[in-house]
Amino acid sequence: MRHQEKTSSKHNFEECMKCTVCTVYCPVLQVNPRYPGPKQAGPDGERLRLKDPYFFHYALKYCMNCKRCEVACPSGVDVADLIQSARIRYDHSAPKLRDRILASTDLMGTVTRPLAPVVNGVTGLGLTRSVLDATLQIDHRRVFPKYSGCSFEFWLKRRAKEQAMYLDQVAYFHGCYVNYNYPQLGKDLVKVLNALGVGVQLLDGEKCCGIAMITNGMSARATKNAVHNIECLRKAGAATGMKVLTTSSSCTMTLRDEYPNLLGVDNADVRDAVQMATRFVFERLEAGATLRFKPDYHKKVAYHVPCHMERLGWGVFSERLLRMIPGVEFTLLDSACCGIAGTYGFKKENYEASQAIGAPLFEQIRAVDPEVVACDCETCKWQIEMSTGYSVQNPISILADAIL
Amino acid sequence: MDPREFDVIILGGGVVGAGTMRDCAMRGLRALLIERADIATGASGRNHGLLHSGARYAVNDPESAAECIAENQILRRIAAHCIEPTGGLFISLPEDDLSYQHTFVEACRKAGIGAEIIDPKLAREMEPSVNPDLIGAVRVPDASVDPFRLCASNMLDAKLRGAQVRLRTEVTGFIREGDTIRGVHTRNVQTGRETDYYAPVVVNACGVWGQEVAQMAGVQVGMFPSKGALLIFAHRVNNMVINRCRKPSNADILVPGDTVCIIGTTSTRIPLENCHKVSVTPDEVTLLVTEGAKLTPALSETRILRAFAGVRPLVSDDNDPTGRNISRGIVCLDHETRDGLKGFVTITGGKLTTYRLMAEMATDLVCSKLGVNKACETATTPLPGSEGRSYEELARQIWEAPSTAQKAATARLGSVVSEVPKRSRQDEALVCECEEVPVWEVNNAFERMGVSSLTDLRRRTRVGMGTCQGEFCACRAAGLLAKAQDCAARERADLLKFMGERWKGNFPIGWGESLREAEYTQWVYKHVLGL
Repeated sequence: MRHQEKTSSKHNFEECMKCTVCTVYCPVLQVNPRYPGPKQAGPDGERLRLKDPYFFHYALKYCMNCKRCEVACPSGVDVADLIQSARIRYDHSAPKLRDRILASTDLMGTVTRPLAPVVNGVTGLGLTRSVLDATLQIDHRRVFPKYSGCSFEFWLKRRAKEQAMYLDQVAYFHGCYVNYNYPQLGKDLVKVLNALGVGVQLLDGEKCCGIAMITNGMSARATKNAVHNIECLRKAGAATGMKVLTTSSSCTMTLRDEYPNLLGVDNADVRDAVQMATRFVFERLEAGATLRFKPDYHKKVAYHVPCHMERLGWGVFSERLLRMIPGVEFTLLDSACCGIAGTYGFKKENYEASQAIGAPLFEQIRAVDPEVVACDCETCKWQIEMSTGYSVQNPISILADAIL
Repeated sequence: MDPREFDVIILGGGVVGAGTMRDCAMRGLRALLIERADIATGASGRNHGLLHSGARYAVNDPESAAECIAENQILRRIAAHCIEPTGGLFISLPEDDLSYQHTFVEACRKAGIGAEIIDPKLAREMEPSVNPDLIGAVRVPDASVDPFRLCASNMLDAKLRGAQVRLRTEVTGFIREGDTIRGVHTRNVQTGRETDYYAPVVVNACGVWGQEVAQMAGVQVGMFPSKGALLIFAHRVNNMVINRCRKPSNADILVPGDTVCIIGTTSTRIPLENCHKVSVTPDEVTLLVTEGAKLTPALSETRILRAFAGVRPLVSDDNDPTGRNISRGIVCLDHETRDGLKGFVTITGGKLTTYRLMAEMATDLVCSKLGVNKACETATTPLPGSEGRSYEELARQIWEAPSTAQKAATARLGSVVSEVPKRSRQDEALVCECEEVPVWEVNNAFERMGVSSLTDLRRRTRVGMGTCQGEFCACRAAGLLAKAQDCAARERADLLKFMGERWKGNFPIGWGESLREAEYTQWVYKHVLGL
């Protein structure tokens, strides 16, 4: 038939065959009966919401936006996008102070950095955590990420000249975590890339990618950041061949997919330039580049693929890269969510669910008993370190440690 | 008194029959309604679900237009829970003659319809899905109405007032004494049991089948059935009714209703004997999609859920047996003055929108025959479910934080939701996931609304009307129904029949997502359930 050669709908919700596979893969539904599940909250609910926004249900806030439903869907329905965009469109309740604080990763970084040792000491105190629990409903059992005294941007700016000497150049979207909490990861990336003959530039004033703002009801601010960041990428030449590397799977997914799909910010010209560093390095090595590895290196590594890395479909690059390192004894952990989902697990009401979701993963890690858990996501790192006691490192840091 | 004796017997369980039964019951008559199949199985349930403002008829049929707008205003008050006050647009496209707009608005004004010419830009803001090329727009008080809910509410109210209903019961003949009808012979189509019922007046409200029934009574009513094909899209693309501002033609009305929207219709004269087995042809589907896309371009890429056809009960003007003068107006025949047959009345023609007026006219005639002097009150007495409050308020009164299914059920049931027992947590489980129908709503339909099959259930609750077309809900509902009726074997057959009927609607639009879904459904039913 000539008419209706294709059918389309927002986030493909009409493609849903009601097969319910997404419901099986949803980590939240297993532990929280109050959550309607991805199928109900997504494509099914959408038809009612189109009739009247009244049919929007508050329980959609229990969605962690882990995107596992989208990975599972055989029909290409963007289930989590449907849920998140419904929250953006219909949930007009003002975000709580707590949610605003949790989502403002860049602001918190800027404010606390000069006082890092004090802040780290204070947030480590049981008393502080009890106060935060009582006043802001940030769960007292949660361990906070430490802040660094010197930002990554500051560190790299001082080396800008030296980095500019390399013929081959990439830009690095470091994200809030590397900048304020853990500059060492950025330094590790610079070491690896330099070893491959690639110099690293900063973007001209990147802002937080905004993922935490999207899930905490602050989409207007997230959109502002998105517009700014995409402009930064263009200025850096991302539309004309400059690669922009990242070390956080969630930032990457946000820059590439959440901007156009949830915030309506067009990034078509720069989207392909944004890449996980592990993919970039792996492809360079595949193409013939070489690294000099430590001769007597040995490490037992268990790799956890973060949910958003699964959504990108790029877990395989980090896996292959780790397996390439001589002396690495590699275990691929079962595909499972760790339960933190960014700011989700910090909230008092989600703590129990968060830990229950992660339990099978923690158990497997204990059974494997690796020297280090590899993972491309900083919030997974906090969760796994807090819940298992095992140390977690980005694959890039493990690689940096293994080369001369 | 003999339980088979009534003051009035109404034949036909469509919206006119149900409305007449309610009106009769409200005037104190002991009424019995007899229906061969189920509620709203004919034209009542096979239409757009459009509550006409009358604007469509304003130019050619001012009388119908005036009736429509008066009834439109009345039904908004008495049947609020069946109606969505969406408003409507009559749009002119570049290929249309814009000067018709003036004729149209003038005719609306004369009929008393509030029609307001608006800037096409404003029309696009009000209804973003509308064809952006429009050159003119008129806003009218069209609305959408759920015909099943309307029919069921009329019946429920009549029953609460003492009237009785016999569904799945067919009339096999009339009991006649000389020139007077005294009652009807009936047969239950499920059990085969035959019963006679007696009443001094019998009302023929059988729609397009009224001709056969009249013949059985020995009088002639000339029906000229006209088939109309419609398509249901899987979600709402529009939130206002969209019409073309031109002489009424094919596929020029798009109506949003509940979770779907419906485009229609066509108009093909068909022989009376074919009324039972109408189907939609590929040409009709093509016409509906291409013409529909002119109203709303999105339709050319929106998944189609089903195709269906209905038969309009058009009736020839009296004393014109050639059928040249077809009326779309109301025809109320007193066969005593017309044919010399006492105790028999036919009410036919008309529209869904004017059902209440038709019922009033029929009941007035019945009352005059019975010597009952009581005024009609249906224009001011709300139907059960429509007592005032919005579904938001109603749901809030029962649940602190209603779930989507609780909200959806409240929107369907209206104010009677508070009377429906919700016993346990298990009752909150979903039967139909697409339309969010919980177990308690299904059980309520079993207990209070005369359900004996899955198709009956669908008409009363929307189970099976969503995008999965029964894939997941039909077997769950069948389980509940088997339990309620304590008969698994019969329910198994019913389930098969139901799925066959769902497929019938899928077949004419069997491509894309709907075909994938139908195939998947087939795997589930054939290979998993072994049916």
